[in-house]
Amino acid sequence: MGMSSPEALLICEHCDTVYRRRTLTRGDVARCARCEAELERHHALSVNAMLALILTAMIVFVQANMWPIVTLGLSGQQSSTTLWGMILAMWREQAQVVSVLVAATLFFFPLLKMLLLGWLLWFARAGRRAPGFVRLMVILHYLGPWTMSEVFVLGALVAIVKAHTYFDVTPDPGIYAYAALTLLITIFAGVDLRRLWDDVPEGAA
Amino acid sequence: MSALPRASELGLIACTVCGLVCRNVPGDARLDGDGVGDDMACPRCGTTLHRRKPNSYVRTWALLIAAFILYIPANVLPIMRTASLNDVDDNTIISGVVELWRAGSPNLAVIVFTASIVVPVLKFLALGTLLVSSQQGSGWARVQRAKLYRLVELIGYWSMLDVFVVALLTALVRFSVLSLVEPLPGVIFFGLTVVLTMLASMSFDPRLIWDGKDTDD
Ligand SMILES: [Zn+2]
Repeated sequence: MGMSSPEALLICEHCDTVYRRRTLTRGDVARCARCEAELERHHALSVNAMLALILTAMIVFVQANMWPIVTLGLSGQQSSTTLWGMILAMWREQAQVVSVLVAATLFFFPLLKMLLLGWLLWFARAGRRAPGFVRLMVILHYLGPWTMSEVFVLGALVAIVKAHTYFDVTPDPGIYAYAALTLLITIFAGVDLRRLWDDVPEGAA
Repeated sequence: MSALPRASELGLIACTVCGLVCRNVPGDARLDGDGVGDDMACPRCGTTLHRRKPNSYVRTWALLIAAFILYIPANVLPIMRTASLNDVDDNTIISGVVELWRAGSPNLAVIVFTASIVVPVLKFLALGTLLVSSQQGSGWARVQRAKLYRLVELIGYWSMLDVFVVALLTALVRFSVLSLVEPLPGVIFFGLTVVLTMLASMSFDPRLIWDGKDTDD
């Protein structure tokens, strides 16, 4: 089977329309003329900048997971929890399905995503393909929608307001770390990671 | 914008995972969404190439119906029990929203209502509409339908909001005698509904919207 030069053509994922790729300048977003989906956008972040972002996100992630999220107080008693406190509490309370969902979407998948990205970008910085590049890129693609840290920030806010009716509520550093993490995720969300396929050519491994 | 060529007409195929454009994939160009022309691996990432997601209609329908069935207990059954010295209170999704409204946070009540009720219902209606109209090859409002699909994909996972709220409150409120919060089965059904609707929207192939008999431009 032959391969048309991958740089020259672009196919809209949403409607199958074929385009000739054009060079994008800063701020450019190529849109599909048929279905108006986004085809491609200008790479605003360099590999170095992305790596710096990922490393920052990792540090913030460790803090978000180690530090308590919220403290409740009631007549002298205090109670606080971390993310893992939530996971264990749901497990003990016969809601193992929820426990696994929380662990996966708020801990394991985000962690895996950051580790994979860090690994791939570390090598991409030197213009090389990381060991396991192909397999890791495929895993990264499938991980996409299953990380939900940003949803959790909103959930924590709702929980604080609900608990506020009956308890003294003190937000702990963990929740601020999560808020920072959300900000980093938002910055990263505009990046099309598929560019690594082109940025780091084959044979450079 | 006449004659925008489509990959299926040109004998091209785009890899869904890495986006590589491949040529000369054997197999005919039927577009019934059952993945004709398969069994070729993408030369760049190794993923099996499909003109359309395999069995997109059947899989999406199955997942959507399963999600809908679970959505009923998710709403009828309570998701959380709050117990204190003098009363025991079982909350459903809706009663939680009402309570939040009464507690003086109408903004958050609206957000929770949107994430827990509007988003899942929108997903059921939107995916159902997309499935029926695409299966009929309808040329009606294609651009809007395509946008609707992208909206469904974008907002779908926010429905997990209430699941996280229950988990956090369960872990926090454990003053034993005085008060406690425990999860009830509704929250499990709700979590599963969210996962199934996400899988349903992923298995739908938006290219099917454009595969009907009518030309669109
Ligand atoms: Zn398109």
